[in-house]
Amino acid sequence: MSNVLVLAETDGAHVLPGTLPAITFAQTLGRETGGGFDLLILGGAEIAGEAEAWRSYGAGRVFVAAAPELAHPTADRAAAVCVAAAQQAGAESIVGTSSTFGRDVLPRVAGLLDLPMLSDVLHVEKAESRLMFRRPMVAGNVIATVQVEGDRGIFSVRGTAFGPPEKGNTPSEVQTLNVDGGALPQGTTWIGLEAGEQKRPELTMARVVVSGGRPLRDAETFERLIGGLADKLGGAVGATRAAVDSGIAPNELQVGQTGKVVAPELYIAAGISGSVQHLAGMKDSKTIVAINTDPDAPIFEVADYGLVADLHQALPELIAKL
Amino acid sequence: MKILVPIKRVPDPYERVRLTPNGQLDASDVKWVINPFDEIALEEAVRLRESGASVEIVAVGIGGPAWEEPLRTALAMGADRALLILDEAPTDPGVISHLLAAVCEREKPDLILMGKQAIDDDLNQTGQRLAALLGVPQATFASALTLSADGTRARVTREVDAGRETLEVTLPAVVTADLRLNQPRYVALPAIIKARTKPLERLPVGELGVRPPARVTVLKLETPPPRKAGRKVGSVDELITALREEAKVI
Repeated sequence: MSNVLVLAETDGAHVLPGTLPAITFAQTLGRETGGGFDLLILGGAEIAGEAEAWRSYGAGRVFVAAAPELAHPTADRAAAVCVAAAQQAGAESIVGTSSTFGRDVLPRVAGLLDLPMLSDVLHVEKAESRLMFRRPMVAGNVIATVQVEGDRGIFSVRGTAFGPPEKGNTPSEVQTLNVDGGALPQGTTWIGLEAGEQKRPELTMARVVVSGGRPLRDAETFERLIGGLADKLGGAVGATRAAVDSGIAPNELQVGQTGKVVAPELYIAAGISGSVQHLAGMKDSKTIVAINTDPDAPIFEVADYGLVADLHQALPELIAKL
Repeated sequence: MKILVPIKRVPDPYERVRLTPNGQLDASDVKWVINPFDEIALEEAVRLRESGASVEIVAVGIGGPAWEEPLRTALAMGADRALLILDEAPTDPGVISHLLAAVCEREKPDLILMGKQAIDDDLNQTGQRLAALLGVPQATFASALTLSADGTRARVTREVDAGRETLEVTLPAVVTADLRLNQPRYVALPAIIKARTKPLERLPVGELGVRPPARVTVLKLETPPPRKAGRKVGSVDELITALREEAKVI
């Protein structure tokens, strides 16, 4: 019996690795409820070629909705396709990752289907025959235990809270969903995407993240010191809101309550005081290193190793000695 | 053009949240403010008017009489009038979006400009759900917004995981504000005094005709366990040794 539909994370051309934690959550949900799950891949015509790689995770079916009108899947169209797929799959719940894609599309699906929704789910388990979910609130300073009516709804999961999914025993069946492009919503026109070059690991998936704050002063210094250390460690680069606001780093690197949430093996915070909003995005990292001139900076309260030093001296030394 | 700006009242994000022993929010000594993202949305609406567009701005809140205060602040910031839906402040976006959709039926706004999420429950759902109920386009996480000269479309730059995406949506539409859309103005005393004469309508929720029950139940709230205390290292060399030999992460 399949009763959960997983909405694959996509940029329209490829299925993104952010899909994996949503599958893990669906598998967990399946274990607790005795059901299975299906996977929905949507995007432009070439997305059909991605299905093969996603047959190995134990989904009952992999639904493929490929159409030129979905090459840049805006929320109105993605949500419409997701609703149609959920109906075809007989899904009771829909699951995705709490990325900007999932956070845009899934609540719209919840509105269309008039279902309850939980955002940023960290954990699910069955207790006294009901599903109990845990999710963060107030910038991660509070963890709420919640239930939804009928134990069904829309769930976005926090990627860092779920490890890689298990492989399935048999390859999933692939089913093509017919998409009538002309019948999709026409009110949104995709104009363009301005993206930095991606020469480093993706921030939310990286084993090591090196982040910098405003004391880096300018984009060139940020790239030389934060980027330089990240490259030495094979890691990704992150930034504070202040660094992004002052133009030192691009917005897609922001870590925090309203940016990305990361939980790498090693998080190095240089020139970061540790505001509540920043801590919300990184305090579940396994090992945290803080380098800051202010010995009383709040970042030291969450750091495993704190170095009171000027990053303009400490980072070049670190880069040279690694 | 009419712009509707929903306003939520939230605990001051710069004060530490406290819980009661039985796992509820301790509201006894809380300073309440307008949700910072809603403030950004309202500021953007005011700037659209200041840039020359003919705009009426309606601020709407859903809650008890205490919600008059944030709505008065919204009026002082530049809203033309305010609407308070008198209800026990709902927390489930499934409920809030239905009530806002009913308000949109009455008000017929061309643009709903609202915060991308409330900083207390961090749910990030209401705008998208509202757009779905109204059957209109949405542009979430906006960091830039311009209206077409004829007022039929909005061009929105969105902060997404991959970078900055630009969409054009036909109006009416829902646009949700991200941090970098603007820096809200400081409200000066004369504006606060002047705002006392602006209209604030109170409407019992029953008159909207819809009030679905909440379907999400919060059982308890907890503070996450604090991280184990770390230690200071004296030098870069000591740091490298600790990372290699203790933490074994490099």
